[in-house]
Amino acid sequence: MLRRVVLPLLGLAVVLVVWTALSQTVAPDIPSPARTWQESRRYVLEPFFKDGELNQGILRLAFYSLVRVAKGFALALLIGTPIGFMLGLSRTFHDTFDPIIQFLRPISPLAWLPLGLVIFRQSEPAAVFTIALCAMWPTVINTAVGVRSISQDYLNVGRVLKLSRFTMLTKIIGPASLPYIFTGYRLSLGLAWLVIVASEMLTGTPGVGGFLWQEYNSLVYSHIILSVITIGAIGFLLDRLMGVVEARVKAS
Amino acid sequence: MPYLDVRDVHKTFATPRGRTHVLGGASLALDDGEFVAIVGYSGSGKTTLISLIAGLLAPDAGEIVLDGRPVSEPGPERGIVFQQYSLLPWLTAHDNVALAVDAVDAARPPAERRQRTGELLALVGLTSAAGKRPRELSGGMRQRVAVARGLAMRPKVLLMDEPFSALDALTRATLQDELLRIWSERRSTVVLVTNDVDEAILLADRIYPMTPGPGAVLGPPIEVGLPRPRERRHMSLAPAYQKVRHQIVDFLRACRRGGAA
Repeated sequence: MLRRVVLPLLGLAVVLVVWTALSQTVAPDIPSPARTWQESRRYVLEPFFKDGELNQGILRLAFYSLVRVAKGFALALLIGTPIGFMLGLSRTFHDTFDPIIQFLRPISPLAWLPLGLVIFRQSEPAAVFTIALCAMWPTVINTAVGVRSISQDYLNVGRVLKLSRFTMLTKIIGPASLPYIFTGYRLSLGLAWLVIVASEMLTGTPGVGGFLWQEYNSLVYSHIILSVITIGAIGFLLDRLMGVVEARVKAS
Repeated sequence: MPYLDVRDVHKTFATPRGRTHVLGGASLALDDGEFVAIVGYSGSGKTTLISLIAGLLAPDAGEIVLDGRPVSEPGPERGIVFQQYSLLPWLTAHDNVALAVDAVDAARPPAERRQRTGELLALVGLTSAAGKRPRELSGGMRQRVAVARGLAMRPKVLLMDEPFSALDALTRATLQDELLRIWSERRSTVVLVTNDVDEAILLADRIYPMTPGPGAVLGPPIEVGLPRPRERRHMSLAPAYQKVRHQIVDFLRACRRGGAA
């Protein structure tokens, strides 16, 4: 009780006190927690209202962002998982493409987005493209590591039985690397959620990130804080959700 | 020409600390339907020898011939029961055995394969645990699954790598008795590797002592010569049992002393 409820609440209280103190001293432009709540309450209490393209309830905005993330995430898994398998299975494929992957991996979403806009000429596919490109690396790397670290004992079973490549993949290599793959999926989802904010800010599409940037431009700073909190809460929930899925997979 | 002929095999492994010469010309010969045990200290190269016969490793020199064909790769005709069971943890006991049945009997109809999987599980007494995953099974039950899987491969020779070494003494005795029963019913050709002299005498027709490495070889085979069916309780009192036991132990001790000097 103390460790699970009281201490976390105490931590939250400390943050609110520091926030209030900062807003009253060194950062007078930042609204206090109380003012933030007052100016944001409609967005939270009527989370699905819609007045204009970028003036909507916070959950409706979050929903747009989540749909976009889901598309990008799905694309990342669809591309990343097979690449990971090939990296793990084939020495030649690994030696051919691993240097390029290591080179592409650290590139920021902000760098990919303009390229996406040039290719697709529309902000929506450009955003999905950017999310997929940035989010797929943990899936690629973890799948490859998972495939490569399969116990030789399991592979020997397949060799003695002379299993076909397909049976080997579906009965031994796939299931054995599943825990690693799902760790990759969880990290990828976290990255996808990080990227969505950046890509919405740059493209001005409706969503939490787009809303945040618009409210910055219209000097409604309390709504920036509202957006930041929403982004954090949803990111936390997504991670927990994937954590549960991951634990299920590892337990089976 | 023997059914299984292992002729003068050598194996050296490259390790970070240099090359380790594990096998220095091991030879053994088996007739069809024979049960042979290889006894030696841990770490002397028994698992390496079994892996070579299984085709999981290739010898640096020497030759292994089974039923007239040289061994060049792994295959189900040399079914193997691994020391660490090596069951697939995401498959049930039934599915672990079925994997082998489906691979080996791929040409037969599914109903027949299902029936055979059931028969194999019944043979090792696991019918009621068929739906359980390996981690829900005791060590003894896991090894029963592994034995059923080994038999499912319809092996010309069944290779067993210290199959009971991880089990407690009581479970080990039970499984040895069961293996004895199964072998008496089927008379398959078996190579059993063990560090348990009594296990070897109880089960085998012939025993090869293995000298401690590096460069291990197999000593001259010792015929067990005890009549079958064998019964654990009566056997240890037989003078022949004591004689064989002393022969093996003396040989292994002498090798060790020679190696240490």
